[in-house]
Amino acid sequence: MRDSAKRSPASRVYAALVILFLYAPIFILIFFSFNSSKSNVVFSGFSLRWYRELFGSRSVLRSLYTTLEVSVISAAVATVVGTISAVGLFNMRRRVRTPLMFVNNIPLINADIITGAAMCLLFVSLGSVLKFQRGFGTLLIAHITFNVPYVILSVTPKLRQLDENLVDAALDLGCTWLRAFRKVIIPEIMPGIINGAMIAFTMSIDDFVISYFAAGSGAQTLSMTIYSMAKRSVPPTINAISTLLFGAVLLLLVVINVREFRQGEREKKLKKSK
Amino acid sequence: MSKELIRLSNCTMAFDGEVVLNNIELSINDKEFLTLLGPSGCGKTTTLRIIGGFQKPTVGDVFFDGVRINDVPPHKRSVNTVFQKYALFTHLDVFENIAFGLQMLKPAISKEEISSRVMEMLEIVSLKGFERREVSSLSGGQQQRVAIARALVLRPKVLLLDEPLGALDLRLRKDMQNELKRIQQTMDITFIYVTHDQEEALAMSDTVVVMDGGVIQQIGTPEDIYNEPKNAFVADFIGESNIVDGIMKRDGVVEIFGRSFKCLDGGFAPDEPVDVVIRPEDVDIVEVGEGMLTGTVTNITFKGMQYDIIVDFRGFKWLIQTTDLSPVGARIGIKIDPDGIHIMKKSHYSGMFGDYSSYSAEYDDIGDASIEAEEEPEDDL
Amino acid sequence: MRRRYLAYPYVLWMAAFVVAPIAIVVVYAFTAKGGGATFGNFAEIVRSAPMLRTFARSFWLSLLATVVCLLIGYPMAYVLANERRGAQRVLLMLIMLPMWMNFLLRTYAWITILEKNGLLNRLLGLLGVGPLQMINTQGAVVLGMVYNFLPFMILPIYSVIVKIDRSLLEAAEDLGASPLAVFRRVIFPLSLPGVVSGITMVFVPGVSTFAISKLLGGSNSGMLGDLIEMQFQGTSYNPYLGSAVALVMMVIVMVFMYFMNRVGDGGQEAMIL
Repeated sequence: MRDSAKRSPASRVYAALVILFLYAPIFILIFFSFNSSKSNVVFSGFSLRWYRELFGSRSVLRSLYTTLEVSVISAAVATVVGTISAVGLFNMRRRVRTPLMFVNNIPLINADIITGAAMCLLFVSLGSVLKFQRGFGTLLIAHITFNVPYVILSVTPKLRQLDENLVDAALDLGCTWLRAFRKVIIPEIMPGIINGAMIAFTMSIDDFVISYFAAGSGAQTLSMTIYSMAKRSVPPTINAISTLLFGAVLLLLVVINVREFRQGEREKKLKKSK
Repeated sequence: MSKELIRLSNCTMAFDGEVVLNNIELSINDKEFLTLLGPSGCGKTTTLRIIGGFQKPTVGDVFFDGVRINDVPPHKRSVNTVFQKYALFTHLDVFENIAFGLQMLKPAISKEEISSRVMEMLEIVSLKGFERREVSSLSGGQQQRVAIARALVLRPKVLLLDEPLGALDLRLRKDMQNELKRIQQTMDITFIYVTHDQEEALAMSDTVVVMDGGVIQQIGTPEDIYNEPKNAFVADFIGESNIVDGIMKRDGVVEIFGRSFKCLDGGFAPDEPVDVVIRPEDVDIVEVGEGMLTGTVTNITFKGMQYDIIVDFRGFKWLIQTTDLSPVGARIGIKIDPDGIHIMKKSHYSGMFGDYSSYSAEYDDIGDASIEAEEEPEDDL
Repeated sequence: MRRRYLAYPYVLWMAAFVVAPIAIVVVYAFTAKGGGATFGNFAEIVRSAPMLRTFARSFWLSLLATVVCLLIGYPMAYVLANERRGAQRVLLMLIMLPMWMNFLLRTYAWITILEKNGLLNRLLGLLGVGPLQMINTQGAVVLGMVYNFLPFMILPIYSVIVKIDRSLLEAAEDLGASPLAVFRRVIFPLSLPGVVSGITMVFVPGVSTFAISKLLGGSNSGMLGDLIEMQFQGTSYNPYLGSAVALVMMVIVMVFMYFMNRVGDGGQEAMIL
């Protein structure tokens, strides 16, 4: 739409207020993470005390490691499984595909707490039969289950854009099907795969509710540690964690944007040389 | 048909310092079908948007019926627009789309009147019975008619049409050309039509305005524009033309390739260098001995009605349309009647057009692949 | 390229970890604590006044949060869509950035602000007001939801408005519509699919939220999420009752989504973005 006539000072002020609302709490956390005292109201001097405390805490480091482990493994597995399944699903007849896609979307549409509770029930009842406790394994299964749908959803549109004749052409030129899959399909749908992998990874890192139900007391992700740290009052180490996470996300964003910007510039240059 | 309705007076338009319209003078008469014709980026759409009120000229004035309307917003002008891709409201059905403008009228008019006026319009655009259809379920041609009806229902004095047939296929386009002409005559109002398609312009218009580079190159009837192009750009843009350098010896005599030809033009200085336009269909092929010039056939294309042949005259290649087949390599003579020769003043377009040396140049889109190689090696972050 | 069997392993996986768990929830919901089929769990919900109040509270508070999100988010989306391309990019990034931070941390931030001795009360104290009881109220829960879910309202509405063809607005203007009429008759109806998916994306997680209410709400602001959690993990372990609550909630949400999709058909497309 983009209408320059509608860019009034009032609309700018409004946008600024909304952004302020979104950021003020985060900046307050960041500010007080450097406080030398425990207070979240009075700043009594700069210190890195809470960061030291944070890195001294075994449970925090342990859960950070668990989070990274489960996110990396589940995103990797989900990317492979999701890509292969997307190809399979895409080639199914409509009558079969539609209900399967519906089932695929259930974990996305359903409330997290229901997905979590349902998995919890499954693992508990299976566990009582097969004699196992909820822990890292069940956590991983849960993460893979809610990650695969994201990969499928981001790969399928790319498959739809794929020229049907591409694979036939590759086969015609003497490729085996597997080779055609690797050399032709995969490169064509790569942007979708990468996008899906990134969504899966961030969803895993960010998840709390499903992990909370699926892991029981057998494993603890960072979110779960954060949750257990402060049910009533907020310890200042929370501020330190927030600051570090915010910094990490910001860094990631800047890197992605600089990359995209450079790519854009290159494309512009190319267009000009035409 | 002679009364002036709209006048653009030395209109200039610049976006971010880039001039897209340069000092346009244009007078549009009441009830005429006027076409703004030119390649993309020539300023034709900008001219239309200035008349419609969507843009204000950077410099210059717009008059409507003698009144300056620079600052009058679009909805207060008795001008309505048919947009390029129709711009139909997809959340409304056919009836509601056409009724939209009527519902905006102040003072409001009765529901019955709205309904009867919409129905009347549907009849004019031959869409009776479509009033409750979703616009997205209509074909391109039908959507086009809805867009026209929606604009005409307000009974504007002028209808602006921005490349309205661009999205239609060839067959439909021909039908819609006749249809548009019929609607214009039925409504008895002014149509201002923007297109880059010269055939469309010649077929429908009373007046054609040829534009290029933000400048009006020529205004005239379709016949004038075709027969008496003012410069090499117009000659080349409208139809096929061989354009060669000539020297005007005196009124009625022009020298081409060192030979004198009779022509009908005059009013040039003695020995003035000029551009000479010869339309491919105005060249007669004769025996070598009887010709004014002699050349060699280098290429033949069968076009159904006629052959397009390329003939080499001392290194300069002409396009000639003929019904008689002369094989490649044949020596032929040509004859041109005086009324087949048209003389133009030299302009900055001279030498840019009208040479068929690279006849296959119509396929010049292919050469882009080389660009790919220029891409720099990926520098990682 | 007909390699359907590639999807078979995942179909089995879905059967085991998507369909089976939900089937178990359904079975549990109709199972008595001691075993045997029963409607007793549902009867217990209907008979229990606190539980019914929790249902009502959950729907009421998330409805409030949805309305507030819409009131703040729609103008924001509209402003955003009219901005220059570069500014749009930056603002979009700014709106999405907090979404990538853990929602628990974002919620904690508000505890420190709303606390009795918190920042906001200190500021109010300087003005001679308060201290006000802000934490542990239902208002705080709504605020927490609005804060967490606002981007989910802005983004779908923005993505629909920004795609509206400028020539549609010019056409409306050309046909005599005032700026207000252009908005009311063209922009707003065309943005409805975005509004519908925004409402869905705020309301559904709102109803089922549990951590937000636990952190910001008091003892009498428990939501359905807390109720379910208590039956599975918490003090009053009773997965049969918990399943029944979850099932009822799921059905109500499904009915809600069905109607929302009917209101703005095509809304689902915008939801997947």
